[in-house]
Amino acid sequence: MPNMLAGKSVPDFDLKPIKGRDTQGFSSTDLKGSVALVNIFGSWCVACQLEHPFLMDLKGSGEVTIHGINWREEAPDAGPAWLTKHGDPYALVGDDPKSRAAIAFGVTGAPETFLVDARGVVRHKIVGPLDKKIWENTLKPMIEKLRKGGAS
Amino acid sequence: MRYLIVLLGLLAFAPSVSAVNPNEMLADPLMETRAREISKGLRCVVCQNQSIDDSDAALARDLRVLVRERLVAGDSDHEVVEYVVSRYGDFVLLKPPFKGATLVLWGGPVLFVLMALLAGFEFYRRQRRVALSTPAAASLSNAERARLDDLLNKDG
Repeated sequence: MPNMLAGKSVPDFDLKPIKGRDTQGFSSTDLKGSVALVNIFGSWCVACQLEHPFLMDLKGSGEVTIHGINWREEAPDAGPAWLTKHGDPYALVGDDPKSRAAIAFGVTGAPETFLVDARGVVRHKIVGPLDKKIWENTLKPMIEKLRKGGAS
Repeated sequence: MRYLIVLLGLLAFAPSVSAVNPNEMLADPLMETRAREISKGLRCVVCQNQSIDDSDAALARDLRVLVRERLVAGDSDHEVVEYVVSRYGDFVLLKPPFKGATLVLWGGPVLFVLMALLAGFEFYRRQRRVALSTPAAASLSNAERARLDDLLNKDG
């Protein structure tokens, strides 16, 4: 599957908050200003569970902001309950029950993770669980380069 | 046999099955027809060999709904397809467009047939040349013939 968004601005989306985070959802305008990761996840997604401990580590390291798109939950409680159980690494989380944002991002499965620069341009897409190796070898060097380039 | 014919007949007239739920359908039958036609040409990206019109997958359903919403919002058929392609690439089209990047896809089969014909022709030509260059089987020299007779007689 090609990454149709590489080098393009993030698609417009405006997602409502998930239950328990009632103050703020997640929209494309939140992606302007600093480099961030956008992670597509769902409580139904087994591979997301596999990935999750690493996202928690990454959050703990403070190296990059991670936002979440909670994709296609059948029940409004499912996503929040999953985050309570496994930990919540996300700065902002948007609820995407009808795949609006997921389709706009060209997502085919979860998890998928997008690297977005400070101008809101999609730089890279990771399909499948993100882990330490992918982070060290691919994302971290890219982020450092973006920050040095003044696009942090 | 008669049952088989009846069965085949029934199959031939079976309505095409689609995964569209009644609650997804648009009230305007003309627009619904357009939505169906567009959906039949869009690949279900999680099942890959089905159109979103055929697939029960959740993402296919969401794409069907999106196609209808965009039609209702006033998009042309082309604009709807363009949007989905802009997200997923030409791959999402069950019938890929004819352009530079897909040239191999379209030209491939023709190329393979030509290659097969060429290989067949070359094989035939070589076989013919081998046949022509082999001397007639019967041409033994007189000395050879005498020795052969000798050997055969010894055993007999």
